[in-house]
Amino acid sequence: MIKKGLILLILVGFVTIISSLLINFKGNEELNPLARHYAEHGAAEVGAANLVTAVVVTYRGFDTLGEVTILFLAAAIVGFFLKVNNRDNEREASLRKTSEILITASTLLVPTIFMLGVYIFMNGHLTPGGGFQGGAVIATGMVLMIMAKPNVKFNHKLLAFLESVSGVGFVIIGVLGVLLAAGFLDNRILPLGNFGTLISAGAIPIIYVLIGLKVGSELTNILDSLKETQNEK
Amino acid sequence: MTQFFTLEFIAMFTGFMLLVIGVWGMLTQKNLIKIVIGFSLFTTGLNIAIVSIAYIKNSTAPILDKAVDMANAGNLVADPLPQALVLTSIVIGLGVTALMLTYVLRMYKEKKSLDINSYTDLKW
Repeated sequence: MIKKGLILLILVGFVTIISSLLINFKGNEELNPLARHYAEHGAAEVGAANLVTAVVVTYRGFDTLGEVTILFLAAAIVGFFLKVNNRDNEREASLRKTSEILITASTLLVPTIFMLGVYIFMNGHLTPGGGFQGGAVIATGMVLMIMAKPNVKFNHKLLAFLESVSGVGFVIIGVLGVLLAAGFLDNRILPLGNFGTLISAGAIPIIYVLIGLKVGSELTNILDSLKETQNEK
Repeated sequence: MTQFFTLEFIAMFTGFMLLVIGVWGMLTQKNLIKIVIGFSLFTTGLNIAIVSIAYIKNSTAPILDKAVDMANAGNLVADPLPQALVLTSIVIGLGVTALMLTYVLRMYKEKKSLDINSYTDLKW
């Protein structure tokens, strides 16, 4: 009884604290000065048609570096906690047989999904999307593959290689920005090119390809660790 | 009264309700997986609330193309900064959810129970 009263008290307190968020919410009529600067000068300064990408990769690129680090840490801790010591190799055969429809469909769909993911992160500076979204799409292809073939083995060396190379590449591009342009992660180390074309916006496409590969391989690592626990005794 | 039927207010209300439901779920549910779901709802509500703050009335997505004249972009697009921060927050929410589900998996292996009441090791 006391417990329920406490829960009610906490809920009411929480609602009271955040209620002004809802009650006083009017909606914005126009952009604040910072957002106006991004909207009006973003194309000239960064060269990316997608302003969200301009903010994520260049204006606030340092935050993205931290974000990638957090994702890496999460993947590492998941791998650590789910480390399978007493692997049971005979168990694999006892998994239920996958339906033939799923196997056939996955051979067709998995490469298409990978291609869509690559398309999304290569065009991150022009259309909605980017490295994180593309990497997540690639990971969904991996889910389909695991469901179709539960005994599939991923090449851990390749995954670790992709992950570390793209992470190091991201930092190197950031440091090159200090040496060749105005500051850390400045994208003008390469020419900005024609606005709105695939090869434009300086280093943004390269950074987003690296982020896409990194996120894709990290999420695949998490999925693989979760899958491996099925073989545990 | 009309202000309650605008797009941004509906989005804000949805986010607000998801926040409250998430906290309620985290406090009352006994099943560990349901607590994780409560946390996910909380993050989703927070993201929706932030994006609805970033929305400008009658504006479009902050992508410069044929629909958005570059010279007049400041009056046509929504605020790109909160959207970029929400992108960060979604990815981190995903990582944290995966981490929590891993803990749940480990805890289940120890005691074969998903009920929070059977984990009393830290209780006094």
